[in-house]
Amino acid sequence: MSVLLQQLANGVVQGALIALIALGYTMVYGIIQLINFAHGEVFMVSSYGGLATFTLLPDDLKKSPAVALPLMFLGGILVAVVVAVIMERFAYRPLRNAPRLAPLITALGVSVFLQEAVRVWYPDATSNLPYPKVFPTGNLTLGTISVPWTGVLLVVLSVGLSIGLQTYVNRSRMGRAMRATAQDPDTAKLMGINPDRVIVLTFIFGAVLAGVAGVMFGGYLNNINIDMGFQNGIFAFTAAVLGGVGSIRGAVIGAFIIGLIKTLAGQYMPGGTQYDYVWIFVVLILVLVFRPQGLFGEPERVRA
Amino acid sequence: MRKHLVKSAAIVGATLLVVAACGTNDKTEAGGTGGSCDTSKGTLTVGVVAPLSGNLSALGIGIKQSAELAVDEANKKCTVKGYKLQVSAQDDEANPAKGAQAATKLSTDPNVVGVVGTLNSSVAQTVQPILQGKKIPQVSPANTNPSLTRGNEFLTAPKRQFDNYFRVCATDDLQGPFAANYMVEKAGKKKIAIITDGKTYGKGLADEFSKQVAKKGGTIVGNETIGEKDTDFSGVVSKIKALAPEAVYYGGEYPAAGPLSKQLKDGGLNVPLMGGDGIYDQKFIDLGGKEGDLATSVGAPTESLDTAKAFVNAYKEKFGKEDYAAYGAFSYDAANAIIGALAKTVEGGEWGDAKRDAMLTNVGSYSGSGATGEVKFDQYGDSTNKVLTVYQVAGTKWDDVQTGEYTG
Repeated sequence: MSVLLQQLANGVVQGALIALIALGYTMVYGIIQLINFAHGEVFMVSSYGGLATFTLLPDDLKKSPAVALPLMFLGGILVAVVVAVIMERFAYRPLRNAPRLAPLITALGVSVFLQEAVRVWYPDATSNLPYPKVFPTGNLTLGTISVPWTGVLLVVLSVGLSIGLQTYVNRSRMGRAMRATAQDPDTAKLMGINPDRVIVLTFIFGAVLAGVAGVMFGGYLNNINIDMGFQNGIFAFTAAVLGGVGSIRGAVIGAFIIGLIKTLAGQYMPGGTQYDYVWIFVVLILVLVFRPQGLFGEPERVRA
Repeated sequence: MRKHLVKSAAIVGATLLVVAACGTNDKTEAGGTGGSCDTSKGTLTVGVVAPLSGNLSALGIGIKQSAELAVDEANKKCTVKGYKLQVSAQDDEANPAKGAQAATKLSTDPNVVGVVGTLNSSVAQTVQPILQGKKIPQVSPANTNPSLTRGNEFLTAPKRQFDNYFRVCATDDLQGPFAANYMVEKAGKKKIAIITDGKTYGKGLADEFSKQVAKKGGTIVGNETIGEKDTDFSGVVSKIKALAPEAVYYGGEYPAAGPLSKQLKDGGLNVPLMGGDGIYDQKFIDLGGKEGDLATSVGAPTESLDTAKAFVNAYKEKFGKEDYAAYGAFSYDAANAIIGALAKTVEGGEWGDAKRDAMLTNVGSYSGSGATGEVKFDQYGDSTNKVLTVYQVAGTKWDDVQTGEYTG
């Protein structure tokens, strides 16, 4: 029983991380129907951005987490936002009216470019880099289960930010513009909405969330590498598809489902952790066969 | 619209170019000047295949630079009459497919006389047949999987696999049991959980370890496999913790082992993690290896060997820092075996494809005193030097705690 509870807790923490990334996938897809495969890499560069910020801090500030931590988040988010905006402007906007395959291929290109850029230019990035230990250490212990405080923070941030995002999209004026652009960009334009602004903002939101995830990832696991974007990006993409691409709630729930399947399959299914990915994709395939629009998605509209 | 398409095509093109440029970076470096030697017959190449980038690059760069050092010294000493030597280092990124590409590139160069490498046993499996096809001797400083020389039935029916393949380090059928003896007899841990990355090296090593633990009266309480690129091991940690082992043995390399050790501790299982030569690196400690963690590695501690002092000093002088890593001294010896055999092969004659058979024979019969001790090969191509060492993390570095030969 205690093992089950512990694995559930592990799954929730993993799900929280995936959720932060999955939101970026789902929002961009919801608005311009682009699977932004480079989004995982935005998460990765933000992690290096946070690390670089820490490295550049003067020594006395490095020792005080209360200052260093917020600055690292700021640095990580800033790098993510800059990368995402440049990426949108130069890799996706010129292809906005091109056939859908073109921006998809560009996205893959951007993804490889970002990985290689970090590998070549970031000092020592060819191997795992240890992350500074500025986060609170120790575990939250509840009975027999224990979760590192960084994991708890990750869950709180993930759930809080996704509720905030959902509220913003549903309540604010800009959120309404986003939903309008998602429904029909041309009509939205006629109503006085500037689609370019909406799209850039969508990328920025995605990048901010990925930035938070990137720095938290480093804090939670204490080491980062250039493959982390691809690996977690694929999980996030799967989570978004599972929940229904375009749905914020779907992406978050999909992410938690994946986190839980991963740890539970590792514990209880034959083959153990060696085959945990298999079960994630088995569930994904089953969902796609029986409910192609995902758990919370709407059936695809045929545009006039 | 047309203009936009052109622009984006240009961006895609530029991206691909950059990527391609990264992939084909010419990593060939000259091995120093020929000095005052006679180099009238031209230049011959010693190839290196090792991970120069990626997670294991710390080990790979140690291999490459140590081979360069050996070639440099040979050029200064005019070891190979009439020729200047150079190193051509190819990056295998610890990936068998990349290793095959690197080996193919080297094997198509008629001036390549031998190859130092690879680091990974799994990469060796794809490199061996390619180099054998061209009769190029391969001397590995680091492959420890016994099947590479003696086949899958290496204990009961050993059979030479590739007549061009040699190695200067001891194998896992010695290293695994050596670790098991230490764990059960010296450290007194009877309940041990196994975690591996499922690759040729890690799995092979863990299997040999497990067999010996059982022989010595210990129990293996669990057997888990993790993905080599995984970063979050909380699932495995919880699963292992429930089995309450007294120690964990990890078959794999330091990029996963360091974080795994830390996550074991964070997850409430503060027991020593032990591994093989794949985790014996400073990076293991940087990435989370904790006090009391153990590793076995091939050979005796480099610093403590009289024979290695000259190597260590020369390395520091040439490269500034002390980062020859776990296999530096072995790589230096491997390169010297190739150079020594080459000197014998071309003595008074010229290098050419006709000399390749003689070259293989000469590597096989090579015998010399190297940085790691005696360098000599048995009938399977394995090193006759079977010395192993157990290391333990103390503070922020590795300390050697036991050196010896595995005797059963």
